[in-house]
Amino acid sequence: MPTVRVTVRLKPSLLDSAGRTVAGALGKLGFHEVDNVRIGKVIELQVKAADDARLRAMCEQLLANPVIEDYAIEVLP
Amino acid sequence: MKVAVLQFPGSNCDQDALYALRDDLGIEADYVWHDTHSLAGFDGVFIPGGFTYGDYLRCGAMAARAPIMAEVRRFAAEGRPVIGACNGFQILCESGILPGTLMRNQSQKFICREVWLSAGQRRSPWTANVDRPIRLPIAHGEGRYMVDDESLACLEGEGQIAFRYVDQAGQCADAANPNGSRDAIAGVLNGAGNVLGLMPHPERATRAQLGGEDGHLVLAGFRALVGGGI
Repeated sequence: MPTVRVTVRLKPSLLDSAGRTVAGALGKLGFHEVDNVRIGKVIELQVKAADDARLRAMCEQLLANPVIEDYAIEVLP
Repeated sequence: MKVAVLQFPGSNCDQDALYALRDDLGIEADYVWHDTHSLAGFDGVFIPGGFTYGDYLRCGAMAARAPIMAEVRRFAAEGRPVIGACNGFQILCESGILPGTLMRNQSQKFICREVWLSAGQRRSPWTANVDRPIRLPIAHGEGRYMVDDESLACLEGEGQIAFRYVDQAGQCADAANPNGSRDAIAGVLNGAGNVLGLMPHPERATRAQLGGEDGHLVLAGFRALVGGGI
C-alpha cells in the first residue's frame, strides 16, 4: 500500500507569525545565523492506490486551504 | 420565524446564541445537530463560535465539511440569512460561502477583550442599525482575516466589508486592529449580502449584565432578514 506525503506550506507572500516567533526564539538561543523560519505541515496518507488527480482533489477539497496555502504531493517508494 | 443554531462537536457559544436570540431578541430558535441534512422549517441560520473538531487541520476545516453544511450552502444560495460568529465565521470561510480565511493572530496570542467596530459603506440590513462605533467582545486565537489583493479589491468594490476594527472615535488605527487582519476587516458579507461572518460576538453583548448591549444592533438586522428575507 503506497504512502503519500503531502507537504502543506503557507504561501510565501504571507506573514508566518508562528515562524517569526520561532526564528526569534532560535536567535535568543544563540543561533544567530537563522534569518527566517517558515512552518508547514506534513501529512502522510496510506492509500490503496496513488492516483494523482484524486490526490490533488484531496488537497484542494480538504488538506490545504488554497487561499493561503500551497501543497506538494510526493508518492514514497 | 425560526432560527437554527448549529451544533458541532466543540461548539461552545451555541447556548449563548440560543438564549440571546430567544430571550433578548425575541426570535424563536432551536439547535440543529451537525450530522443532520435538513433545515426544513427554519428561516435563518446562526453558526456559533467554539473550537469545532478541536480546530484540527485548520480552524473550521472539519465543520465546513459536516453534512449540515451542504444544506447551509443551499440555504445561503437561496438568499436566506446566515450569520457565523467567531468559529462560525471561520467555518463559513472554510466552506467557501464567504471569501478569504482566518489565520493565527499576528501577536500569536489568544485575545479576549472588547473591540470597537464601524460598519462598512454598503447599506445592508445587517448594518442598518449601526450608525455609530459599536463595542463587542472578541475571543479568538485565529482571527487575522486574510484575502488576496484581487479578492480584497472585489470586497471593497462590492461593499462586502461589513465591519472594520476602529478606535472608540470610529477611526481606523493600527492599535485598534487586534489581530493584524488585512484592512482591519472584522466581518464580511457574501456577494448577495444575505450571509454575514464576523469574528466579534454579538450574542455575548445583548444585555447590560453581560457588559454591553450593542449586539442588538447586529442581531436586529438578522431578525429583520429572518422575518422578511432580503
